Amino acid sequence: MADLADLIGQFNNVTYVVLMMIGFYAMTGKRNLVKKLVGMNIFQWSIILFVVSLSAKRDATIPIVLEGDGGGALPALEAAQYVNPLPQVLMLTAIVVGVAITGVALALLLRIYKRYGTLEEDQLLERIRLTG
Amino acid sequence: MKPGERDIIIRTVCRLLVPFVQLFGLYVIMHGHSSPGGGFQGGVIIASSFILLAMGDGYDEVKRRFSLGALTATTSAGVLLYAGLGVVCLMLGANYLDYAALPVSAARSVGMLLIEIAVGITVTAAIISIFHDLVTFE
Amino acid sequence: MRYLHLVVTTLTGLLLIVGSLGMPATGDPDSPPSSHVSPRYIEQGYKETAVPNMVTFVLADYRSFDTLGEVTVIFTGAMAVLLILRGARSEAEE
Repeated sequence: MADLADLIGQFNNVTYVVLMMIGFYAMTGKRNLVKKLVGMNIFQWSIILFVVSLSAKRDATIPIVLEGDGGGALPALEAAQYVNPLPQVLMLTAIVVGVAITGVALALLLRIYKRYGTLEEDQLLERIRLTG
Repeated sequence: MKPGERDIIIRTVCRLLVPFVQLFGLYVIMHGHSSPGGGFQGGVIIASSFILLAMGDGYDEVKRRFSLGALTATTSAGVLLYAGLGVVCLMLGANYLDYAALPVSAARSVGMLLIEIAVGITVTAAIISIFHDLVTFE
Repeated sequence: MRYLHLVVTTLTGLLLIVGSLGMPATGDPDSPPSSHVSPRYIEQGYKETAVPNMVTFVLADYRSFDTLGEVTVIFTGAMAVLLILRGARSEAEE
């Protein structure tokens, strides 16, 4: 069944690429600024999902050491029994950075709307050219 | 119902749920050592309890409990606690943020607990501060 | 010209899918992300730090500089939103 697992793995990669392209199309193809921001968010979350999926291992358990069997003796740990914790840790940082970026982008959108009265890209460029 | 006030069911349910959400957030921070969780996750849960209160009763209720100056001071205090722990380890003779130099038993575990609490404090106050700025902008 | 966005997006997607065919198999314990320093964290981490959760001790002990940078990022994000939105009053009074 290793071939079926490989095929499902390739299908997972295709799914991540489809999510990335949905975000990319929303960033470049839509004219509203809020939709562009949502597209950036979708792009970023799909990349986080992709990197976290690199940490999977076949027949492995969660990366928490459960004690209670040895009664004081340290359990013998093997690297192949636990899921790789390293990509999950790095993506934890990336998620919080994404929250900060979304907050700052929303603040900028509020100021732009207050100053120019619109959030559509073509009307915005027109008003910037008129008022300088 | 006064203008701008929510329905009584929404107000009551939000008020009832807030302490349980905060207790769960505190549990997630403190049990980051032996179950999934940690500083960031628990900090965001506690911040979302304040946002729930703001949705039920309006943002002025949150402002009464957690004022603007206290928000900025708490954010800075979290970063100060984190960097200050590193400087304490430096002054005790080891490298920066090397918890093995602390004079308590299981020093690395205690150092990690203080780090997680500092991160939780900072993330809570930062998210409530961003929410305040976005909501009270006219 | 109207469908340029769609064409570019589809082209990029196809290139990425072709590129992802060369990735290691999902769930392989010998893939490059699980090979170099990660077995050392898994096997020796509990002995050295006495904390059962592997994600916590990698985040707060072995990689604590990254966590310091990340707390600084969320703090800077909150301060940036403060500067952008609360500084608007001085502009409105001019």
